Amino acid sequence: MKNEIIVESTTSNLVVVRKFVTDVALKSGIDEDTTNRIVLAVDEACTNIIRHAYKNVSNYPIEVCVIQNKNKFEVVITDYGKPFDPNSVKNSDIKDNLKNYKKGGLGMFLMRSLVDEVDFSRVEGQKNIVRLIKYFS
Amino acid sequence: MTNFKINFRENSDVQIIDLKGYLDAHTAPEFENAIQQIINNKQYKIIVNCKNLSYISSAGLGVFMAYIEEVRKNKGDIKITNASPKIYNVFDILGFPMLYEITKTEEDALKKFSRRI
Repeated sequence: MKNEIIVESTTSNLVVVRKFVTDVALKSGIDEDTTNRIVLAVDEACTNIIRHAYKNVSNYPIEVCVIQNKNKFEVVITDYGKPFDPNSVKNSDIKDNLKNYKKGGLGMFLMRSLVDEVDFSRVEGQKNIVRLIKYFS
Repeated sequence: MTNFKINFRENSDVQIIDLKGYLDAHTAPEFENAIQQIINNKQYKIIVNCKNLSYISSAGLGVFMAYIEEVRKNKGDIKITNASPKIYNVFDILGFPMLYEITKTEEDALKKFSRRI
């Protein structure tokens, strides 16, 4: 089963994306707690795209596509902005950052904590793709 | 459509901010302005009451971090109270309980401020 929404790159659309993913997840029988975790991870990914890939310029597309089967719930988020290097944000820095009152990397750390798999890829010269996957055993 | 509201209260020298609704990258600047406004008035004892907060993302969490150093330098603090399990879970994932006082009730947070004097 596949569901898709395309929104413009403004933070006012985060609520639209959250509602879309929440509705799809709950309708497919995923429990509320897991749904909340997936939705927050998607919010963080879209926020990163708006801030970093599109540099806070609105009117660019963010495509959010949900692919699901009995084994997994996968959200694929595509943008056409600047390339992003996920390795530039290291998980191990987060506690040190907190102690030093630095807020960098919070969103990336949350994403990686909330779902089972986070995968970043780039189609060179075209688009960035983030895959957030929750597996069901 | 706004789905976030901030209310200000005072209890002696402690400033209390009530958050309501959804705190994300869209609404975080509003929260940032609220704390900035308090600090501009040279008030550094702040309680953030999350009783009616339905959602928080890292943009909201970043606001707590942006001001905590300045507030503590001025012998104040930002204490967090009344967070629902859903909200507390997000604080917990990021290790906030190690660095911030998170209390169950507003009274507990007020007591902690009065003990420090």
